Amino acid sequence: MRQPMNLPVATRHVPLIATGLVLVVLFATASVLYDGFFSLRVVVNLLSDNAFLGITAVGMTFVILSGGIDLSVGAVVAFTSIFVAALVGSHQVHPVLAILLALCIGPAFGCAMGLVIHFYRLPPFLVTLAGMFLARGMGFVVNMESAGIQHPFYDRVLSFGIPVARGVPIPATALAYLLLFVAALILAHFTRFGRSIYAIGGNETSALLMGLPVGRTKILAYSFNGFCSTLAGVVATFYMGSGNPAMGFGLELDAIASVVIGGTLLTGGSGYVAGTLMGTLIFGTIQAALVFDGRLNSWWLRIAIGALLLAFILLQRFLSSRSTDRRTALAQRSRPT
Amino acid sequence: MMRKGLRFHLDGGRTIWPVLGLVALLVLNLIFSERFFHLEILDGRLYGTLVDVLNQGSKVMLLAVGMTLVIATGGVDLSVGSVMAVSGAVGAVLVTRTEIPFPALVACALSAAVLMGLANGVLVALAGVQPIVATLIFMVLGRGVAMLITGGQIITFEDRAFVFLANGHFLGLPLTAAIVALVLAGTALLTRGAAVGLFIEATGNNETASRLCGVNTRMVKVLVYGFSGFCAGAAGLIAASNIKAADSSRVGEMMELDAIFAVVAGGTALTGGRFTLIGSIVGALLIQILTTTMYNLGVPPTIAPVPKAALIIVVCLLQSEQFRRHFVGRREIARPTVPETG
Repeated sequence: MRQPMNLPVATRHVPLIATGLVLVVLFATASVLYDGFFSLRVVVNLLSDNAFLGITAVGMTFVILSGGIDLSVGAVVAFTSIFVAALVGSHQVHPVLAILLALCIGPAFGCAMGLVIHFYRLPPFLVTLAGMFLARGMGFVVNMESAGIQHPFYDRVLSFGIPVARGVPIPATALAYLLLFVAALILAHFTRFGRSIYAIGGNETSALLMGLPVGRTKILAYSFNGFCSTLAGVVATFYMGSGNPAMGFGLELDAIASVVIGGTLLTGGSGYVAGTLMGTLIFGTIQAALVFDGRLNSWWLRIAIGALLLAFILLQRFLSSRSTDRRTALAQRSRPT
Repeated sequence: MMRKGLRFHLDGGRTIWPVLGLVALLVLNLIFSERFFHLEILDGRLYGTLVDVLNQGSKVMLLAVGMTLVIATGGVDLSVGSVMAVSGAVGAVLVTRTEIPFPALVACALSAAVLMGLANGVLVALAGVQPIVATLIFMVLGRGVAMLITGGQIITFEDRAFVFLANGHFLGLPLTAAIVALVLAGTALLTRGAAVGLFIEATGNNETASRLCGVNTRMVKVLVYGFSGFCAGAAGLIAASNIKAADSSRVGEMMELDAIFAVVAGGTALTGGRFTLIGSIVGALLIQILTTTMYNLGVPPTIAPVPKAALIIVVCLLQSEQFRRHFVGRREIARPTVPETG
């Protein structure tokens, strides 16, 4: 086993550390360039503004780790938001009930897609693409336009916040994100489910031959992702104060970008949930910096994200081609997309 | 040459399903909307819903042709929508700010598109990056570049030659249909008449074996992505000509997904290998007729994705061996379902 670099850390941790470094460098640069950027309030805002992207990305991490992909998340977020808004607004359903209902739809939807993908051996790309179209259309069936949410429960939740320091509270949206993140960490690293996901993503055939419940695990991964998407949709309703069937276009790609920047390989089997958190924060930092700057236009965000993605992919390729991870290269050759 | 290709590449009957779907949709239209098959000739040009389908569907058909070859090598190209935006932006900026002749303008726009495609190819073939990620990067970057070129504005133009591209007629049919036919014929000739097609299929089927046989798999991959860029560039020019403007933020949105579906529905497997150009055209027509049917039935465009989703699922299920076995009920000796690794 050749250790090409004499680093004090394992090669597999390098992408994660690299991501962390990028985040720190970005934040530092922005703090130097813009007055007031280096503040607790900005950090907390980073978490709460990007909570729904972050939650979506966490769910996506599990799917990608298992070797699949899910294009439907943006549409599911949009559907959930308008679903909750319609229930609370037009049907006088209590928000808690509406939210619980929505949180059940997500896993069911994900489970359905997972079943079809696993049992009929359909490509995840296409099945989740169909799921995306379905969810997007159904969102518009529920309501053609965005609908505001007015309810004392929402007011109460929005005003809730755990004070941290200097009068800066952590709002409920950021709390939800952090809680989910911790849960995901535990799932990935301390449960059999998490270990199975890594095994399946690494090599599905050997996982199967080892006796791991491949089908059940994959379907669970898609169900968990569905749950995360609906949770993100619920968080979005708090963030926007309304539901909108036209939101979230391209959210799935932002989520995939967060996951990839976070160091997870798209072939699966390698990556960390913590990386995804950092990837989301990088996204948010660039966006916040653009807002602070005021001069640059939103398409620079696209270019910056694209350039970052490129840099990370090349870094990953460099590492995996030099390290003993030849199985990754083999997996890429035999699983072309 | 084409006839042999048709028979040879119906790929174990996979193309039969989209053809059946097409027939089913046409029958549906026959029953529910009489105007669908109405054709009339005015001023030597053919008019009618079917002609509109050809015209509107030309962009997806072009994208699908390029996408077929990419998918045949086992890859995918998500950046085609953004390449469309770039090519339209280049075209619009050149036509409004310079006096260069139209053919030169087309050459410039197509070159920009091909360049982007080749960049994709280089990332995939030489750096070994996964196609989804590489083309995703250019999808994001390309959109930003297109916005940069137009300066964030929607650039409108009135140039007669440019506008004629999407609105003109040739031999009674829309010019766009002629363009598609030309590209299709050229591609078919190149891939079936020369060894390129064989190399593409070999690369997609088993890259290692092909490379060891002496096929220059890297060059093949770079070239197919470049070609996909070319097709997207052409589609982008048509799209810009359609609205007489370059709208960098919206043009080509979601079209890559339509193109991928058209190719897969047509019978080319997502994992690569054997491909069928005719199948992709049929798939693209299927999508376009579905869209037009929904429009005619008065379904709001925002809800139109739902039947599209149903279509995708139905076509995929029909193509899945497991599904067919389930319902045809052929008894087979039980064997462990080991997932294919590509």
